[in-house]
Amino acid sequence: MEEKKLMKGNEAFAEAAIRGGCHLYFGYPITPQNEIPEYMSRELSKHGGSFVQAESELAAVNMAYGGALTGHNVFLSSSSPGIALMQEGISFMCSAEIPVVMLNISRGGPGVGGIQPGQADYRQATKGGGNGDYHVPVFAPASVQESVDLIYDAIPIAERYRNPVMILADGMLGQMMEPVTLPEHRAVRSEAELLAEKPWALNGHGDKRERMVIQSLHLKPEELEAHNMHLEEKYQSMRKELPKYQIKNCKDAEIVFVAFGTMSRIVNEAIDQLKTEGITAGLIRPITLWPFPEAAFDEIDPSTKVVISTELAIGQMMEDVKSAVAGRFPVELIYRTGGMVPTPMEVARRAKQILEAIR
Amino acid sequence: MATHKYFFAGFGGQGILMLGQIMAYAAMIEGKEVTFLPSYGPEMRGGTANCTVIVSDGPISCPIIDQATCLVAMNQPSLVKFESLVSPGGHIFLNTSLIEQDVARGDVIVHPIPATDLARDIGEERAANIVMLGAIHKMVGGVKRESLEMALKKVLPESKAHLLALNLTALDAWKQK
Repeated sequence: MEEKKLMKGNEAFAEAAIRGGCHLYFGYPITPQNEIPEYMSRELSKHGGSFVQAESELAAVNMAYGGALTGHNVFLSSSSPGIALMQEGISFMCSAEIPVVMLNISRGGPGVGGIQPGQADYRQATKGGGNGDYHVPVFAPASVQESVDLIYDAIPIAERYRNPVMILADGMLGQMMEPVTLPEHRAVRSEAELLAEKPWALNGHGDKRERMVIQSLHLKPEELEAHNMHLEEKYQSMRKELPKYQIKNCKDAEIVFVAFGTMSRIVNEAIDQLKTEGITAGLIRPITLWPFPEAAFDEIDPSTKVVISTELAIGQMMEDVKSAVAGRFPVELIYRTGGMVPTPMEVARRAKQILEAIR
Repeated sequence: MATHKYFFAGFGGQGILMLGQIMAYAAMIEGKEVTFLPSYGPEMRGGTANCTVIVSDGPISCPIIDQATCLVAMNQPSLVKFESLVSPGGHIFLNTSLIEQDVARGDVIVHPIPATDLARDIGEERAANIVMLGAIHKMVGGVKRESLEMALKKVLPESKAHLLALNLTALDAWKQK
């Protein structure tokens, strides 16, 4: 096992992608994720990969589309407005069944917004900004180590489903430093091994095999419907196989918080503070935001008074929380937005007010 | 379970983030749990810089603090802005070379350290952060001296390796009276 290193989130994420087998990286600078392209530009070629700074995010996502068509693993990163520009490409890659891992180090929006941490890309990530019937699995890490692990694991998940996978982190995770244990480098596959695993890959037929076409254009509605049904089967498998969550202290909890990523860490501390005031509170932490881990909500004790969606966004995840709670408990909201991050004390105080109003 | 919550603040260019990183690295070397959370953005281009470092024997849930057990103010605006962040009984380290104002609160332990002057005396004003680190180590503890030395070696980039001796001198520049 490797020794623990103190690493800045963004640099650890880039290293995790390299060790996971990322061969091609395309990006365009945007705060607060600039250390990722910087790291990739320096390190990726040392491992036989290629780094390209595109002229825009739109170009980067389409380079990723083209690069991944060759069967090589592609990693993309950006931040909120940059990811917004990539939405068309995500829809196209879902249709064309292109495995790409993308990382959003999100910041406050809408628009150009600010550069401080935000979670207001929840809807963009989970519901999609592109057109058509498509889904992207979205993983939401809460620490530098978990980000590293999820990025590393996302690469084979993208390959298995032939679908883009997104990691939704935020500026705080990208900028902070924590000790990490890095995973081993995945074995490098030869071109022949790659093609055996990915017979769909476009590597130039050289008149030795039939010409293959990958596209997202299906002009005949019968064909397109059949294609969409095929994609839907994959999405159904993802719904069964991917949901992941962590539950803390949900037995006998008066309050059950629902929070992901950075916010879940603040809530964890708020739970400890509430405990000193005699209030028991628990936490459901979705690790997959899509598919949303609805099963977690069956573990809430019937005596729970309120479920509180706690977000760096104005009730975006709350829509999924309400759907998962399905009327069994009142659902309330605690949020900050625009790059503001609450302290644990602030969350505890507001939760207490909500609980008192319900009692 | 011992938990230290340090808050380092000063001008961009004073080595505030490096100060926090060395403390975090030293704690990690000792097998402690640690988080380092910097301010980011325009601060790096001048203006104010600050970072939060939590060191604990147990898991750290939240990298954001309500209260600091130790504030390190390298300039006057940092003292004004963050004095109220310190928990009662906590420590405030003042870089008295640049801070004329007194700490208004009476419920904290104040350590006046002329860090910038002491750094200038050893020939490198920019080592004021390390002078301060030495003072924190002597007055609050938290990590061992040898861990700080190892951390310095890790944090200094190769191009700055020749500055190690100077930094070790800086670490000892402030002496408890």
